[in-house]
Amino acid sequence: MISVGTKAPDFTLPNHRGEDVSLSAFRGRKVMLVFYSADFSPVCTDQLSIYQEVLGEIEDTGVALLGVSVDSSWTHRAFRKQLGVEIPLLADFHPKGAMSKAYGAYLEDWGTTNRSLVLIDEEGVVRWVHESPTPLEIPGANLIFDALAEVA
Amino acid sequence: MSELTSAPVPPAGPEDHARGGGEDLIVYADLGCPHCAAAWERITATTSRLVFRHFPVAGKHPRSPAMHAAAEAAGRQGAFFDFVDSLFGDRGRVDDPHLWERAERFGLDLDRFEADRRSEAVATVVRHDFESGIRAGVSNTPALFRDGKRVDPP
Repeated sequence: MISVGTKAPDFTLPNHRGEDVSLSAFRGRKVMLVFYSADFSPVCTDQLSIYQEVLGEIEDTGVALLGVSVDSSWTHRAFRKQLGVEIPLLADFHPKGAMSKAYGAYLEDWGTTNRSLVLIDEEGVVRWVHESPTPLEIPGANLIFDALAEVA
Repeated sequence: MSELTSAPVPPAGPEDHARGGGEDLIVYADLGCPHCAAAWERITATTSRLVFRHFPVAGKHPRSPAMHAAAEAAGRQGAFFDFVDSLFGDRGRVDDPHLWERAERFGLDLDRFEADRRSEAVATVVRHDFESGIRAGVSNTPALFRDGKRVDPP
């Protein structure tokens, strides 16, 4: 995983609507990247559903929560619709996993991102990282709030 | 900062719905969750005092919020676990008419049940449980805790 204290690699990825989203556009605002394995997988469904339930509280802190997987924009769109998830989802689809690799969040053996959280501060510096021991383990939403409290 | 930072599972208190005797087994459950329904009979068969905590996740189970509000409203007329057992036992019948039918079957005052299940007070109780689960790191259900530690379902 990318190390705390390093400059977050900039990226431009299409979101669930196919619109380009760049990290640099969030300068001046904290960003929490949520790397997850795959749209519609049972564990990722649990994870994003839980985050959605507390999305209001997360957004109240001012942080921008962005989901990232190697799925396409179209799959992201369907996944969001099925779950009623409002979290923006970014497609690290082509070239596959390029952004995730820059963050050390790509699992070559699985062909997906790992399951991790990366908090980037207002200056674009990585301030907090959590990587699940296995992609099957969900970081609880409490960890997002812990990180935001720690990097206030 | 938010109140949803990590915190231990609150021990059972007088505001909790509890059934049976013995050591407390705190269960965060989603009434719309098939895993919870499948495990419910085994959970209730344990020789523990079962402490129920609401953990509805609407994204996965769109009827869950209504089901939890209904169970909590039934609890205000002494029929909380009757409702929970019934919802887990008959998962295909969870629309509003089915909830009303249960309320009548358990002898509840239907007008009061209707008012309660849509009330802010009931929503607050359900959300309070949910947030305590979030703070304890619950991310799927059923999530069981004994002595403050997560344990596997029976």
